[in-house]
Amino acid sequence: MQKTTEIREEITIKFAGDSGDGMQLTGSLFTSSTALTGSDLATFPDFPAEIRAPAGTLAGVSGFQLNFGSKHIYTPGDKYDVLVAMNAAALKTNLFHLKKGGTVIVNVDGFDGKNLRLAKYEDGANPLEDDTLAGLDVYKISITKLTREGLKESPLGMKEKDRCKNMFVLGFLFWRYGRDLQVAIDFLNEKFSKKPDVYDANLTILKAGYHYGETTETFTTKYDVAPAPLEKGTYRSIMGNNALVIGLITASRKAGLPLFYGSYPITPASDILHGLSSYKNYGVKTFQAEDEIAAVCSALGAAYGGNLAVTGTSGPGLALKGEAIGLAMILELPMVICNIQRGGPSTGLPTKTEQSDLLQSVYGRNGECPIPVVAASSPSDCFFTAIEACRIALQHMTPVLFLSDGYIANGAEPWKFPKADDIPEIIVNFAKPKEDGEQFLPYERDENLVRQWALPGMEGLAHRIGGLEKEANTGNVSYDPANHEYMTKVRQAKVNKIANFIPEQQIDSGAEDANVLILGWGSTYGVIKATVRELNKAGKKVAHAHLRHIVPFPNNLGDLLNAYDKIIIPEINNGQLCKLIRDSYLTEVVQYNKIQGIPITQMELVDFVNQVLES
Amino acid sequence: MSTNNGNGTVKLRAKDFATDQDVRWCPGCGDYSILKQVQSVMAELGLNKDEVAVISGIGCSSRFPYYMETYGMHSIHGRAPAIASGLKLANPDLDIWMITGDGDGLSIGGNHLIHICRRNFDINILLFNNQIYGLTKGQYSPTSEINKKTKSTPMGSIDHPINPLALVAGADASFIARSMDRDPKHLKTMLHRSHGHKGTSFVEIYQNCNIFNDGAFFAFTDKATKPMNCLFLEHDQPLVFGENGNKGIKMDGLRPMVVDLNTGDFTTDDLWIHDERDVFKAMLLTRFFEDPREEGALPRPFGVIYAKERATYEDGMFNQLDEARVTKGDGNLDALIAGPQTWEIS
Repeated sequence: MQKTTEIREEITIKFAGDSGDGMQLTGSLFTSSTALTGSDLATFPDFPAEIRAPAGTLAGVSGFQLNFGSKHIYTPGDKYDVLVAMNAAALKTNLFHLKKGGTVIVNVDGFDGKNLRLAKYEDGANPLEDDTLAGLDVYKISITKLTREGLKESPLGMKEKDRCKNMFVLGFLFWRYGRDLQVAIDFLNEKFSKKPDVYDANLTILKAGYHYGETTETFTTKYDVAPAPLEKGTYRSIMGNNALVIGLITASRKAGLPLFYGSYPITPASDILHGLSSYKNYGVKTFQAEDEIAAVCSALGAAYGGNLAVTGTSGPGLALKGEAIGLAMILELPMVICNIQRGGPSTGLPTKTEQSDLLQSVYGRNGECPIPVVAASSPSDCFFTAIEACRIALQHMTPVLFLSDGYIANGAEPWKFPKADDIPEIIVNFAKPKEDGEQFLPYERDENLVRQWALPGMEGLAHRIGGLEKEANTGNVSYDPANHEYMTKVRQAKVNKIANFIPEQQIDSGAEDANVLILGWGSTYGVIKATVRELNKAGKKVAHAHLRHIVPFPNNLGDLLNAYDKIIIPEINNGQLCKLIRDSYLTEVVQYNKIQGIPITQMELVDFVNQVLES
Repeated sequence: MSTNNGNGTVKLRAKDFATDQDVRWCPGCGDYSILKQVQSVMAELGLNKDEVAVISGIGCSSRFPYYMETYGMHSIHGRAPAIASGLKLANPDLDIWMITGDGDGLSIGGNHLIHICRRNFDINILLFNNQIYGLTKGQYSPTSEINKKTKSTPMGSIDHPINPLALVAGADASFIARSMDRDPKHLKTMLHRSHGHKGTSFVEIYQNCNIFNDGAFFAFTDKATKPMNCLFLEHDQPLVFGENGNKGIKMDGLRPMVVDLNTGDFTTDDLWIHDERDVFKAMLLTRFFEDPREEGALPRPFGVIYAKERATYEDGMFNQLDEARVTKGDGNLDALIAGPQTWEIS
C-alpha cells in the first residue's frame, strides 16, 4: 500500500506512561535522533516525585514533552500534536493538552479493567470505546502483547520482557518520522553491553515497532520536518544540569584551579553531583557530604584552601546553607552556590519547576549580607552563566549565587557549542608577602574593594579569619561601632561595584519602536522570546529583555526600563523580580504570575500581553 | 624570635606560635593551659606555622585560632569538621588542627563529628569538654551529668549525657584519647601522639570552666582523688591505678572488674593488658564512664584508648583522581564541551 510523507513546520509530541514504562528514555532517545535531522527543539520532562508510584495510578504518570521544528524553537510547546499514552492514567492526565484533531497513540493493553479503575474512570467507562477520543486521530496498538509475542524466544522473564515495550513505541515513532534506527541501536549497545539478552530483546522490539509502522496498513502517512535555519556549525544536545557541569569544569580550567564540589543529594540538583563525579580525570573533586550544611561548609573549606569551590542544591537546601553562605560573605572567600529551584516552600513540589527562590537568594541570610546573584535562562546558557558566576566569585572574592530551575535543569536543546579557546581566561590574583617585610593585612582592599586571597600553606602570610566582625585591613576581631558600620557598607559597595564588570543590559529581541517591554529572568526566556516573536508578527510593539545579572543589576537597567511605557514581568512565582525592580527603580511594573509548578505557555503569555496592550 | 636549628632550618619556639592578640578567656580558665601545651608541642614538633591551619566552630574553645600564629578560621557553630574536611581535600599537605567543645562538637555539630571520624581525614581534633555552655553563660551541655541545675534547667537536667569517646568509637575513629587541662605533661604526650597518627585523631580534654562549672573534673584532677579515679593507659602494660598502683582491672569473662593487688589474691599478671590496636578492648574502655562518686565505680581511662591507622579519605580521593587520569587520560576541555555526540549544520 502507498505510504505518503507530509511535511510539517513544527511538531509537539508528549510521551506519557507509568513511572516504570521508560518514557524518559524513550523521549530522550527520540530527541537525540531529532537533533541529528537538523531540527531545532526544546524538551520538558515531567515526572512524579515518587520513584515508583503505585503502577497505573494518576500520580504515577511520567511524561516527556518534545517540540521540534524547521523554525527556531523556544519552548517545549503549549499543546501536543501527538500523545503517546501507555496506559489509561497517562491518557487521562494528558488528553486535556492535545490539540484539536491531534493524534493519540495508545497501548490498548494499558486499558484493562484494573488500569481503568486506577485511572479513576467511572465503572464500565472506557475512553477507547466511548466518545472521549472523538474527532481525534487514534491509533490503538496492543503494545504489550506485541512485545511479548516478539520476545517469545527470549530467555528473559515476563517482567523484563514487558520493560522492552517502550522500544516498540520508539521504533514505531522512528518509522513515522523517518529516523535512522542507528541512534537507538548505538545507545542500546553501550547500555547493555554486559547484558546480551537484554540488548537482544530491546533491539528486537525496537525493530518490531519500526516494522509495524512500515507494514501495517493503518498507517499511511509519515511525517517530515525540514531542518531549522540554525546557524552553521557543530552542534550537540545539552541539558541544563549537564551544561552547568561542563561550565564549572571549564571555569576551573580557565582559572587554573582545581574544582571542588560539595553537595548533598536533592532533586533537581543531584545530576550535577552525578555529572561532576564522572569527570575525575579533569581533576574534579566531588564530596557527597552528610547534609546540606556540611556540603556548603566543605566547599567553604576548599575555598579557603584555594580550590574553585562550588556547592549545589535546591530551595530547601539553600535555606540550610544560609549561615555558611553568610560566613563565606564576611570572610570574603570565593564560592559558587548553585540553586536549582523547584516548587516550594518547604519540601513543596520537588520534581516541579518554580522561580520562587529569587528573594531567598538575594536576601535569605542573617545580617546585612549582599552577594551577587546570576540566573541562567536556558539549558545551554547554564554553561556561560556558570562561568560568569565563577569569574565574579574569584575576581571579586565573594560567594555568588547561581540560579537555575527544574525546567532548565532537565530540559534539552541543540547547542552550537564554543571552542575551549574562545572562552576567556579567568585571572586570579593571589596574595604575596610584602617586600618590605611588613605584616600581611588580609582585609586590605584594592580599588574595587577586593581583598587578596592568601592560602594556608603560603609562606609568610599566616593570618586568622572568622565569622566575628573584623577590623578594617587587619581582620582582627573588632566590636567597634563605627568599624562595623564601615565594614557593612564596604562589603555592600564591593558587591555594587561588580556592576562595572558585567555587560550592560541588552534588548534580546522585539520591535525597534516597541513601547512595551517584557522583562524576564531565568527559565521564562524561551516563552517570552516566542511570545514576542508571535506578537511582533501581528504588528504589536513589544520587546524582550532578559536578566542574567540580578545582583547587582546592570548599570544601565534603570535607563533602559524608563524608555518603555510599560514593563511586564512574567515569573513562575508570586512576583519576586517585580519587588526587586520596584524597590531599585521605583518603576511600576505589570506582573504576570503562574505558580503551578509548570512553565508558562506561549498561549497564556500572548493572551496576557494582548490584554495589557488593549488596556 | 626563632632559633636556627643548626642545619639551616628555622626552629620555632612556643611563643612564636602565639599571636599579638589579647587572650580573652576568663582568668583561671582551663583553656589557657591547653593553648600553652599546643603551642609548645607545635614547637617541639618543629612545625612550620605557614603549613598549620587551626579550624574551630563557635564557643569559648573555638576562639583558639585567634591566638595561634598559624593559618586559622573561627567558623560557625558545629561546622568545623566539614570546613576542615574541605580544606584537607583542597590541600592535603596542610597540618590541620580542629578545635571544638562539648556543645559545638557534640550538640549542634554532632552529625559532622561522626562523619569526619568515619571518613578518617588526617586531622587532629581536640574537644575541650567542660560539661557546660560557657559562652552563652551557663546552660547545661550534652555532656553535663543528669539532674544538673543550670539557668535553663532550674529543676535539674533530664537528658542523659553523651559519652564522647563511645560516640567516636562508634563512628570508627582511628585514634581515640583522653587527657585533662591540669596534667600538662600528659596532655603534651597525647598531643604528640595524636599528631603522629595519620587519620582522624580525637582527643577529649577535660577542661575546667571555673565560672560556670567549677570543679566538674576535680575528682580526676585533684591530687587527693586523682589516683583512685584515673586509669592512665600505657600500651602493652597492665591496667593499674590507685595509690601506689594498688589496684588493677581484670577481665571477668566479658566484664571488667576492679581487683585489689595488695591482698595477695591477684598480681599484675592477672590484669588486662592494654592494647591500643584492639578495637574490642577499646570499645570496653570507652565504656568506663561511671560517676566516680559511686561506690565501686570503674576508674576513668586517660591516655590513648585506641590507635590503628586505616586508609584516609583524602588518600582515597587523590588515588581516584590519579587512577581516572591514568585510565581515561587527562581531561580535554574541547572534548568535554563537545560531549559524546555532535552533528554539523551546514
